[in-house]
This record gives sequence, structure tokens and C-alpha cells, in this order.
Amino acid sequence: MQASDRFNINSQLEHLQAKYVGTGHADLNRFEWAVNIQRDSYASYIGHYPMLAYFAIAENESIGRERYNFMQRMLLPCGLPPERDED
Amino acid sequence: MDSVDAEIARAQEERRKMEEVAPLTSVTFDADLYGGANRFEGYELSIPVTEEDDDQDADGRDLARRMASYTGPKSLKEIPRGAEAEDDSGFKKPQRIIDREDDYRRRRLQRIISPERNDPFATGEATPDPSVRTYVDVMREQALQRQKEEMLKEIAKKKEEKNKAAAEPAPPAQKRRNRWDQSQEPDAAAKKAKTTSDWDAPDSTPGIGRWDATPTPGRVADATPSVRRNRWDETPTPGRLADADADATPSAGGVTPGLTPTGMTWDATPKLAGLATPTPKRQRSRWDETPASMGSATPLPGAATPAAAFTPGVTPVGGVDLATPTPGAMNLRGAITPEQYNLLRWERDIEERNRPLTDEELDAMFPQEGYKILDPPASYVPIRTPARKLLATPTPLGTPLYAIPEENRGQQFDVPKEAPGGLPFMKPEDYQYFGSLLNEEEEEQLSPEEQKERKIMKLLLKVKNGTPPQRKTALRQLTDKAREFGAGPLFNKILPLLMQPTLEDQERHLLVKVIDRVLYKLDELVRPFVHKILVVIEPLLIDEDYYARVEGREIISNLSKAAGLATMIAAMRPDIDNIDEYVRNTTARAFSVVASALGIPALLPFLKAVCQSKKSWQARHTGIKIVQQIAILMGCAVLPHLRSLVEIIEHGLSDENQKVRTITALSLAALAEAAAPYGIESFDSVLKPLWKGIRSHRGKVLAAFLKAIGFIIPLMDAVYASYYTKEVMIILIREFQSPDEEMKKIVIKVVKQCVSTEGVEADYIRNDILPEFFRNFWVRRMALDRRNYRQLVETTVEIANKVGVADIVGRVVEDLKDESEPYRRMVMETIEKVVANLGPSDIDARLEELLIDGILYAFQEQTSDDANVMLNGFGAVVNALGQRVKPYLPQICGTIKWRLNNKSAKVRQQAADLISRIAIVMKQCHEEQLMGHLGVVLYEYLGEEYPEVLGSILGALKAIVNVIGMTKMTPPIKDLLPRLTPILKNRHEKVQENCIDLVGRIADRGAEFVPAREWMRICFELLEMLKAHKKGIRRASVNTFGYIAKAIGPQDVLATLLNNLKVQERQNRVCTTVAIAIVAETCSPFTVLPALMNEYRVPELNVQNGVLKSLSFLFEYIGEMGKDYIYAVTPLLEDALMDRDLVHRQTAASAVKHMALGVAGLGCEDALVHLLNYVWPNIFETSPHVINAVMEAIEGMRVALGAAVILNYCLQGLFHPARKVREVYWKIYNSLYIGSQDALVAAYPVLQDEENNIFSRPELLMFI
Repeated sequence: MQASDRFNINSQLEHLQAKYVGTGHADLNRFEWAVNIQRDSYASYIGHYPMLAYFAIAENESIGRERYNFMQRMLLPCGLPPERDED
Repeated sequence: MDSVDAEIARAQEERRKMEEVAPLTSVTFDADLYGGANRFEGYELSIPVTEEDDDQDADGRDLARRMASYTGPKSLKEIPRGAEAEDDSGFKKPQRIIDREDDYRRRRLQRIISPERNDPFATGEATPDPSVRTYVDVMREQALQRQKEEMLKEIAKKKEEKNKAAAEPAPPAQKRRNRWDQSQEPDAAAKKAKTTSDWDAPDSTPGIGRWDATPTPGRVADATPSVRRNRWDETPTPGRLADADADATPSAGGVTPGLTPTGMTWDATPKLAGLATPTPKRQRSRWDETPASMGSATPLPGAATPAAAFTPGVTPVGGVDLATPTPGAMNLRGAITPEQYNLLRWERDIEERNRPLTDEELDAMFPQEGYKILDPPASYVPIRTPARKLLATPTPLGTPLYAIPEENRGQQFDVPKEAPGGLPFMKPEDYQYFGSLLNEEEEEQLSPEEQKERKIMKLLLKVKNGTPPQRKTALRQLTDKAREFGAGPLFNKILPLLMQPTLEDQERHLLVKVIDRVLYKLDELVRPFVHKILVVIEPLLIDEDYYARVEGREIISNLSKAAGLATMIAAMRPDIDNIDEYVRNTTARAFSVVASALGIPALLPFLKAVCQSKKSWQARHTGIKIVQQIAILMGCAVLPHLRSLVEIIEHGLSDENQKVRTITALSLAALAEAAAPYGIESFDSVLKPLWKGIRSHRGKVLAAFLKAIGFIIPLMDAVYASYYTKEVMIILIREFQSPDEEMKKIVIKVVKQCVSTEGVEADYIRNDILPEFFRNFWVRRMALDRRNYRQLVETTVEIANKVGVADIVGRVVEDLKDESEPYRRMVMETIEKVVANLGPSDIDARLEELLIDGILYAFQEQTSDDANVMLNGFGAVVNALGQRVKPYLPQICGTIKWRLNNKSAKVRQQAADLISRIAIVMKQCHEEQLMGHLGVVLYEYLGEEYPEVLGSILGALKAIVNVIGMTKMTPPIKDLLPRLTPILKNRHEKVQENCIDLVGRIADRGAEFVPAREWMRICFELLEMLKAHKKGIRRASVNTFGYIAKAIGPQDVLATLLNNLKVQERQNRVCTTVAIAIVAETCSPFTVLPALMNEYRVPELNVQNGVLKSLSFLFEYIGEMGKDYIYAVTPLLEDALMDRDLVHRQTAASAVKHMALGVAGLGCEDALVHLLNYVWPNIFETSPHVINAVMEAIEGMRVALGAAVILNYCLQGLFHPARKVREVYWKIYNSLYIGSQDALVAAYPVLQDEENNIFSRPELLMFI
């Protein structure tokens, strides 16, 4: 970033964006992004009742169970993070 | 020789005289403050009753008092005033804080920065070093101080009694004006003594004789054969001894309790014994003078003996010293005020001009021939008097006389020696603090401690006087190295600076900022310095500047978070019953800040203990005051703790001291106000004492009790409120007659509060309150004081809300013809508010007649500048009465016509303004003929030369045109408009605004009455007005463009506008583009677009950008109408988005944004995607405006095309190998994500699973 645009609106924009969980940055890796995607997806499923109902029918589960499952899966949606190779 | 000596003597004499006139020393400065017979004038001797006085935040009462000549809203006063304020540079001159402070606030300078105290947390279990001041020491000192005061007071009392007994058998009780209380304060005692007796007489009482016996202020423990236990009697513990040292020597810490007023009196007494018997007439007692030497108590290192240091007139040595104020010398001398500095400079200049001529000069003056140089007579001896000699020496700082100067690079004119090492400029008054920075030679020999100190000083000087970048780095260094420097050295340097009497607002702000930053870093290390810091920060809490108060609160709040509650309490506890009211006041405020920082519950146990203190009423008073300040500071946040707070203070209502009773009532008032409308149950316990109290108290206490009641009643249920109101009303009505201003204000306020509660019936008010209320308060005198005026109007309006219009208006309507103008104005304002609130239906025919008559009288008789009251009142009444005004309209119009012809511009303006207020009512009364007539009259006055009046006349014409319409207007529009065209050239804003409004109105409604040529002429005039300063004018002229274009067709107007795109001036072009867009909006885009797009072919940057900008505005204004034009302009935008010029692309991008937003959901996706393909490559632009426009265009596209499309554009770059690319793409992704996160769920790419991570989203593949 240049010195001149350290103070302009664009840097503020990035600052503003950084306040939201789920936004990304240039150093985000595939795993982190995928986790965000998964969580957003589950949140969206839970948030839209018709979606939830649809999944419930498809999986032959109750809606409440589906919601619970989705919420549980939001914890570690993609499994454990891969080992970082320290370089 | 003799003559020389005589001359010296004369010079000395003169200087001495001058010194008397323009005092040199700070001692006299203080004498100015404290000397004179009425040294208590302007002091706040009593604790005020009204909230305004207590709550400094509410309004700057003192400011208002001292700025009595300024009226107008406070915000206006901050604005630099016209010519006289901007004397040279146009910048606000730095303002010294002390200049705007009143005497009470200046008392901050008397406070002493106490030495560090022991931090029990740091020492742990260990016994503190005896040299360290502990809490015990401080408390003991405080107690001694109190004892001493009490003793002095007692002596004073005895003496007074004795005198009284001698003078008169039964003297009347002393009349005290405006005092809460018979003086409990020591200083008041001094005053009493001063007025009644001279109790310094050495042989008066045995008690005094005893003091006389005290030979020195030293610590000879047994020297005083005293009966009472006093400080000398105590066994000097090691700790005490340490204190004794502090007392005796004004050491670097500057702790000189020995120099406090009482200490001085102590010293002074023995000398007095030697004086001739003072006559009783002698008004100024020795005691009064003491504070004058308080200057020496200023805790500045090195300023201990000002009297000795600044006696230039007395000894030639002093004069020598002054004559060569090299910076180094200044250091040595310590404090030098700027006044002194100026005097020195002046003196030096005079000396320089009068110095003896040298041989060379004489040679130059006289011709070479014809003169002979004689040898000096043998008896001649050159001047050897050191003083003369040294005075004659041209000082390095001296102002050279006019001579063609030799080039002398090393010469320093009036500039003090430049500070070494890139340090900023030092002001004369800074030398005493920073002087040692100037001699840099011995830097290497300094000890590490001294070097550290030096470093701190350098940084502080940079913060205080440096340029912004210097200041910034210095501030950062101070912050970063705070712990390394240590709390002691830092605060020892910073705090004295803050006590500097010549400090300016900006400097104080910066230094306070330093403290704030340093506090964060030091954290618990500040504990020993808490009291020191408080001494300098507390005064900020009562500063008249709002921001200073906020800053003070912030610091104290941070301080309490850093030091912890225990330390804060330990630091402030001794001040709670300090003998000085100022100290207690500021301490109470500081405590309230601590409470808000650490939570009220944490402070409650302490407050409870303090409020029940048996030892001194001052402690109880301060404790209760803390509660009051907490209520004021925290507002409704006190609610959870309301009951405990009330319980803590309730016993104060029956305290033996009446100041305590008063402050208790005031605190209850503050609590009730903060809690409103909740929390009545918490006040249950105080209702009875309050209501009983109002029967047993008189004067100030009663006022405070009434105030508390006034704030509690609105919290009650209707039934109780009614009952309690009746109870209190008897007292209130009795107090209506009170001559005391404070009481009056409170009574009026309480009446308002009582009357506005639900349970009080109209009949009761009408019969029991109104007669007395009007008899006592509706008098001329009440209108003279602004606050009374406001309060009375508010209360009367509140009463009217209960009892109806007729009662109130009937009572005051006669007074509209009163001979006092302020009173008439008050009546008018009341009537205006009452009638506007409640309507005129209650007003019968007779009253109506009286009302109109009175209003006309008051309107005609007004002379003052504040005319809006009358105008508003007139307008409000006439508009409320509506058709009922018809019979009076001829009379009103006659008055208006008469006054339009008045010689005074003000009168003419008011008359014209009145027309615009009553035009609507005239229409309602079908007085169109009359209006037409007025129109003609106004038309004739269009030649008015005063712009203010002309503006009002145009406004009146506008009002008439608005109500009677274009067709019926007289004079006819076709005559009126040509008359307006030249007025458009007028540069006065009011004229411009009203004129353009009128023209716009005509263009909108009656364009056909005027030939097209006239409209074209107006178009040209309007172009000039597009760049008016006032936004309202610009907007009005742009709108008028639209109307005119609609009236005469867009072609001609457009031609004018497009030509205007070629002008140089940017603002003009911008306004033109707006006008084009407006024209396009009003006349449909298809009339404008072809010509506009054609103009894009002009190979000129400004024109092309203007066209693009017009398109941008155009699509913004037409919104979804844009779907019909998007395909037409796409090729043009393609071209613009590929242009080399940045501004082209920027403007085109913003056009695309508006377009996309306008056509979202209207099926233009194909064109938009096409345009997006042209916008997208611009995402790597770095110029802020361009990138902004591009990002916004993409946002617009997100709305119009959906997030998924943009996401697909994004995916290509999110994991690009180049970081620069990734950064930009993630930025776009993030704004996309924030904008429509949910929509992205369906569009995320399918990621392949890895060995132990699942990235796929199987749910989305499910289907039934």
C-alpha cells in the first residue's frame, strides 16, 4: 500500500471489511476459505426454513435434528486444519 | 561624578515608579487577585442552588456573565469574528487559559503539587521508608491544617465579640448577602475580621499573645506554651521530620506548606507584634495580605523567592542582571513572565538609543575638516559605575538602531538563542522549565539520571512547541519509553508545566494528551503520583470549555483504572475535608468521575462512610456533593443504585450544618432529575423530611429543599402528586414574594414542575396559584434577566396548558401595551407559545380585539434588534386566528404599508417579513384585492437599496404569488419578471435566494406569461448563480433551469449549457452538468441525449468529461427510466471506459454505477455484463477516486446482476500467485460478501476434498 492511500477511504473500507467474520484477505489459504464457505452454507441452511425442511425430507430426519446437526457441523466443518509447513 | 550618581538615582527612582505602575513580579500579580478591599467580589462563596450553577456542563454561566456583551448562541461565539478578531493572520490567536478564567478557577494555581506518596501495593508488607509520605502523614497534615484554621477562626470570633461588646451593646446581626451560611470557612472568617475589627492587634487576646511568642516557624517543639494540642506538640516521628523538611525548604518538589497562607500568617505574626498599635480603622489587615505572597507558593522550582529575584529598581545589580538577558542568564534567574520580558526588551531598546556616541560615529557625523579633536580634560574619568557600564554594553540581543547594517551572520536580533539540536522555538516563559536544554556543553558529564531528565524535557518541549511531525514523534517516543523513563521523572517534568500560569489551551491539550498516553503505559506505576496528577487535572473538570472538561474526565477515568480504587480513595480522601472549598469542589467532581469509571457499587461503602463522617461537616458535605455529581455525570445510569444513593445521603437533610442540609437537598434534586421518570419508590424515605423541612427552613436551605421537591413531584403518581403539590404550594406562594433572585428562579421552576404533573387540577391552579403568580412574577423586572425571562415564559406556558388560553392571555394581554419593551417582548413570546400550543378557540371577541390591538401596538413600538419575537408572535396569532382576523386586516395592511415607507431599513424589513407571514391568512380571508394592492406596493419598492430589506420584499412577493396564483397576481407576471432579471445580478445571498425562488416559482407555474427571450436572458444570469456559495441558491437555480427548460423547450437552454461545458472553471462545469441532468429529467432524456452524446465528439477533455458527468447525474436522476436509454449510451461508455484518461474512466464508471442501480431487475443484464467487462480491468487502478468509482460500479453491478456473476469474476484472482492481484480481488470479494453473503452460498465453487479435509457440500446435491 502506498503512503498516500494509507488514510483514504479505501483503507477504511478494508478496515471495515475486516470487522466481519468470513471476509478474507490475500493470505487466506484454501482450508480457511473452505471453512468460511461451509459455515456460511450451514448458517444459510438454518436461516432459510424451507431449505431446512427440504433437507429434512431428503434425509428423513426431523427439522430440529437437521438444524442441530448443521449447527454441530459448523464447529469443525472441514475437519482439523492441515499441518502448516513451517517455512 | 555627582551628576552621574544623581542620574542613577533618578533612573532608579523612575524605574521604581514604573514598577509600581506596571508591576514586575508575580507577587504583584497575585496581589491583583487577592488585594483590594473587596477581594471576595466575584468569588463563589456559596454553593449555588440552581442546577445551572452546579452542573457546569449544562451551560457556561460564568462565560455568559463575562461575555455579557455578546448575545447569540454559544456555537456562534466560537466562530472567529469578522474584521476585528482577525487582526493579522486570520488565524485564531492562541489564547491563554488564565485570561478567560475567573477568580474562582484561578485558585487552581494555589494548589500545590504534592510529593509522591507511598504505594502500599508496591511495598507490600514492608514498613514504608520514613522519608516517603504515607497516607497517615497526609491525613495528619490535613488535620493540622484544619486545626490551625479552627484556631484562627476562634481567635477571630473572640476578637470580634470583644470588639462588638466594646462598640455597641447589641449590634444587629451581620447582614450577609447571598451566603449559605454564616462563615465556616477560614477565609470568610478573615473577611469578617476585616470588616469588623482588626484582630491582629498584638495585645488583644492572650491567645494571640501566645502566637506572638512563637519566635520562628521552625520546629522548636516546646517553644510554644500552648494549652491546646497543636502541631508543635507532637512528637516528631521520623516521618514527620521528613515533612518538616518539606515544610521548611521550598525544595525541588515545590512542597511549601510553610508558604501557604496560614503558614505565612504564622510567620508574619511576630513581626506584627513590633508594629505600632494598629488603629481600628485600618481595613487591610495583615491576614488579608498574606495570599498576595501566594505567588511564592507556586510550586516552581527556583521560584521560591520572587521578591528578591526581581528587584531591578532597588539595586543596580538587579538592573545589570536584567539588562543582559542572555538565555543562560534567564535560566539562572528562573521565572520570568512575558510581561517582564517585554519590559526588558523595551528598556534595552531605550538604552540602546540613548547610548553615548562612539568616536567612529562622531567621525562619520562631522566633516573631516574644520574640526579639531580635543584631548579630554585631565579631570575626566570615564564612567566606571558597573551598572551604567553594563547597561551601555550592546547586548547580543539588542535591537540595532537604524544604520546600514554591516553584514553580521552571527547577529541575533530579538530572537532568543536558537535551541540546539533541532529543538523547537522556546517562548520566554518556557525558559524556566526548559532553559537547561540550552547549555549543551556539559551533556557528556551528566549523570544517567540527568540525561534521562534532559531527554524527557526535550521530548516535552517538542510536544509543547514543536511542529506537528516533531510533536507526533516526540509523543510516540514518550509513550514507548514511558516505563523506561519512569513515572517520577516524567511527572516531575510534565505536571509543573501544566501549572504554568501562561499556558495556552492548545498546549494544555497536548500536555494532557501526553499524560493520557503515559498513563496507559505506566499503569500501576502511577500510584505514587495519583494525587499530583489530580491536582493539575481536577481544574479541568470545572473549566468552561466543554472539551477541556471531557478531557479531564477521560484522564481521571484512565487514572482510576490504572491506579485502582483503593489508591484513588487514598489519594483523594485527605482533600475531602480540605479547608478550601475549591479543593473540595474539584475533588467531589473527580470522585464522580472515578465512580463512573469503576462503577458506583465499588464506591458506595466509601461514600457511605464519608457521608456519615462525624469529624467534620466538610467531609459530609463533600460526600453528599459526590453523590450529586455522580447523578449529574451519569444521568439515568444511577437508577440501579438509586435507593442506596438516597439512603447514603438522606440523613443529611437533618444535619446540624446548614450547608450540608442544602447540598443534600440539591443532591436529591439531581438524583430525581437523573432518574426521571422512574424511581419514586427510592425517594420514599426522604419525602417526609423534605416536606417537613420546607416548613422549618428559610432562605437558601428552603430554596434547595423546594428544588428537590420540584424534581421529585413529577416522578409521583397523579394522586400523590396532587396531594404533595398542595402541601408545597402554600410555601411556594409565600415565597413568591421573596426578594432573593435564586429563590425566585427556583420557585418559578417548581411551580412549573408541579403544574405540569397530572394530578393537579385546573381549578386549583386558577384559584390558588394564578393570582399570586401573576401579581409577583409578571412584572417588568423579570423581563430584564434572560434566565428569569425564559423560566417565566416556560412556566406560564405550562400553566396555560392546564388552565387554558383565555385565562392566561386575558391576564397579560393588556401588558402588550406596557411601556417597557423587554416586558412587551416577554408577553408577546408567551402569547405566541400559548396560542400556538392551544389554538385560539377560547379567545372571545373582546379578548380577540384586545389581542390584535396589543399586538399591533407592540409590533409598531419595537425598537430593539431582536425583532423575531414580535414577528413570530404576530405571525403565530394571526395564523391561529385564521378567518377571524378578517375585520382587522385593513388595519394591519395599513400599518404594513405605512411602515414599508419608513425611513429605517429595519422597520421596512420587518413590514415585508410580516407580509410573508400573514399572506396565507389573507388568502383564507379572501382579501385578494388587498393582497394585489400589497403586491403593487411591494413591486414599487423593488428599487430598495438595502439588500436585507430587498430580500425580505422579494420574500413577501413570493408569498403573495404563492397564495393568489400567477393569473391573479398584480402586477402581472409579465411586468414583474423583467424587473427581477436585473436583481438576479445582486450578489447578496438573501436577495439571490429569494429572487431565484420567486423566479423559479414563476417559471414553474406561470412561464407562459413571459416571452421566451426573457427566459433565455434569465438562463444566462442563472449560469452565474450555479456557482453560488450557498447550497440553497445553487439548488434553486438548478431547479429553475429545469422549469425554464420545460417552459421554453430544452433546445435553447441545452445549447447554452453545452457551451458552458467549455469554460475553464471547474465548479461552473460541475454545476452545468447538474443543470443538464435536471433538464434531461424534466424534459425527458430523449430531448437531451442526442445533443449531449454528440458533444462527446468534441475532442476536448473538459467537454468529454462534462458529458460523462452529465450522463452520470442523468442516470442517477432518471432511475429506472434509464432502461430505455442504456443501449443508446453503451457505445459511448465503452469508449470512455477504454480511454487513456483516468478521469474518463472514473466518470464513466460512476455513470455505469447509477445506470446499473437504476435498471436493476428490469432485464438489461446483457448490456450490463457487456459494460462490466469494460469496467473490470480498471480494478487495479490506484488513484483513490478512480478505484472508488470502479468499486462502486462493481457494487452496482452486484445489485443489478446478482452476486453470483461478480463472484465468478472474482474467482479467477482470489488465489492468484501475485499478492498485488490477490489483494485487490479479496477486497472485491469482501465487499461482495458483506453485500450479499447469503446469495453467495449457492454460487461458491465446488472444492475437491483433500486427504482428511472435507470441502464438498453434499447437502446441495440432495434432491427428492
